[in-house]
Amino acid sequence: MGDQSEINCSSILQFTNCLILRNHSIVKDDLWVRNGKVIDPEKVFFDEKTVATKKFDCAGALISPGFIELQINGGFGVDFSHNIDDIDAGIAKVAHGLLAHGVTSFCPTLVTSTPKVYEKVLPKLKPKQGGRHGASTLGAHLEGPFISKMKKGAHDEGTIQTGFKEGVKSLLDVYGSVENACIVTLAPELDGAKDVIEWLTESGVTVSLGHSMANLQEGILAVHHGASFITHLFNAMLPFHHRDPGLVGLLSCDMSEGRTVFYGIIADGVHTHPAALRIAQRVHPEGLVLVTDAISALGLEAGTHNIGQLRMEVRDQKAYIAGTNTLCGSIATMIECVKNFKSATGCSTVEALEAATLHPAQALGLDKKIGTLNYGADADFVLLDPNELSLVSTWISGQCVHHTTIRPLHMP
Amino acid sequence: MRLIILDSTDQVADWSARYVLKKITQFKPGPDKYFVLGLPTGGTPLGMYKKLIEFYKAGKLSFKYVKTFNMDEYVGLPRDHPESYHYYMWNNFFKHIDIDPKNAHILDGNADDLDAECVQFERLITEAGGVHLFIGGIGPDGHIAFNEPGSSLASRTRVKTLAQDTLEANARFFDNDMSKVPKKALTVGVGTVMDAKEVMILITGTHKAFALYKAIEEGVNHMWTVSAFQQHPQTLMICDEDSTLELRVKTVKYFKALSAVHHQLIEEDGQ
Repeated sequence: MGDQSEINCSSILQFTNCLILRNHSIVKDDLWVRNGKVIDPEKVFFDEKTVATKKFDCAGALISPGFIELQINGGFGVDFSHNIDDIDAGIAKVAHGLLAHGVTSFCPTLVTSTPKVYEKVLPKLKPKQGGRHGASTLGAHLEGPFISKMKKGAHDEGTIQTGFKEGVKSLLDVYGSVENACIVTLAPELDGAKDVIEWLTESGVTVSLGHSMANLQEGILAVHHGASFITHLFNAMLPFHHRDPGLVGLLSCDMSEGRTVFYGIIADGVHTHPAALRIAQRVHPEGLVLVTDAISALGLEAGTHNIGQLRMEVRDQKAYIAGTNTLCGSIATMIECVKNFKSATGCSTVEALEAATLHPAQALGLDKKIGTLNYGADADFVLLDPNELSLVSTWISGQCVHHTTIRPLHMP
Repeated sequence: MRLIILDSTDQVADWSARYVLKKITQFKPGPDKYFVLGLPTGGTPLGMYKKLIEFYKAGKLSFKYVKTFNMDEYVGLPRDHPESYHYYMWNNFFKHIDIDPKNAHILDGNADDLDAECVQFERLITEAGGVHLFIGGIGPDGHIAFNEPGSSLASRTRVKTLAQDTLEANARFFDNDMSKVPKKALTVGVGTVMDAKEVMILITGTHKAFALYKAIEEGVNHMWTVSAFQQHPQTLMICDEDSTLELRVKTVKYFKALSAVHHQLIEEDGQ
């Protein structure tokens, strides 16, 4: 698509010879794009009585909405919570790198940090439209510090806040503002959490439950106050127990009022056992959101890397603390997670793709704009091999922003 | 009139599509010479459209210099409703072929002035030089387009109020809710179709058998509007075995004996 630049933005692109994921099924149809949006070709035909300016032969590829990543700590050597001297450059580097993974928008995630860090970093995390420079940013995912010390995971214990003594004020004392926040992960059992959850929800921030000792009752209460997400299901929460299923139990609770509780799940093949993936998928498929929870070593080559104070070793597509067999986080790409998830659960291609597209968009209330190929949605999408689900190219606003070495694709 | 009796609905689709292919090819359309087709919707012609798309994809046929006029459209039905004929034509035919949208004409059932829309449609047909081949289907009550029983055989394109029977039959496409069924339609008249140089009518299925009988074995009658085509100099009726069940053996035998002659109508040149 070297001649893309010659096409002015109001020209009509018709992607032909492709399959499209639309309305929960994969159909053989063309995709029409203008001004960066998916358009209804029937209207072009009958109202404007015109045809596409340019046709693009997809050689049998499957077109899926672009992947949406709700939890990513960094990548390509950048850690959003620690490399805070040149935040713009760090975000830009990751945003660009993610294009090769089929990700078209993401929430840079900050782990438990001090108020100083939030003060410095948060103002720089305004949502930003993507393009050739990189994937769109949707705002920050603030994971902590209002979490349980008992389920701290890799978070710094000393920085964890153990409650909201002054309610919303306690929250704002730490974050400064939630203007650029998209998701806040907190533990609902903390004192004052109810009011904070309500306030965040009203402010348009998605509240996610995680790093928590909460029992099911506390989880349900939080959901009634507006929480709508669970952070990396199974990880950093009470394990499922049949007399108190904990937050995991929310998957099988009928929330009524047509509400869905969404949950992030790491399908990197390491952090969640395939059997656990299957349980979640079978119980509550429409709430499942694939997240990578990737760390700075994502996208780095095998070998030893110095990241911050840490020496990490990447081998066998896993990240270890150098010289040990201790895993230090996920480095799976989103496209790998989609493939892992599909093979581990035996779900359909549609279900696997929607877990990385439609569901995260719904979780943020953005499903009119992203995560679908419905008419009027942003033309953010990926071309995939329909059988292997390997990435062929990534498109943002109808513009090709990444493509792999072109290899011929044929219809089965 | 020619009656072409084929074994199955698939053969009806294949035969009619081959006929269209041959007609367009022989005409040798070009920028100054458009072939003009009249088109139906509904279940019967679906197979023909599929075949025509295959011919286009195989490079045997182009619609670049073809103008089309559809027979009818509901009044007040949103165009993206699956029962709208715009929706039908776009999804089953136009989006798959190379027709210029400027040359594809369908009556606008959402026009502010419906009468003016009908007058304009007749004018466009005249400006195109008339229809070379009008393809149609028939209803179980023998209607062609929305020219329901009792329509004038001299009628032109107009607004038509639908018969109660039609509304009830249509209810299944509108959540079985009579209030959602369009009560009116725009339709070409019997006279409009009669003006075409050639008319090809597709009839399939036992439920159309009585209508076929009324169409060809009894007299011209406005209660079975398709019977008007007995008086058209060039009419082809393409039907399957099922739809001949109400015909006389004599009629069927006579036309079947002509099948070799009929086959020549669709032979590709050089074969």
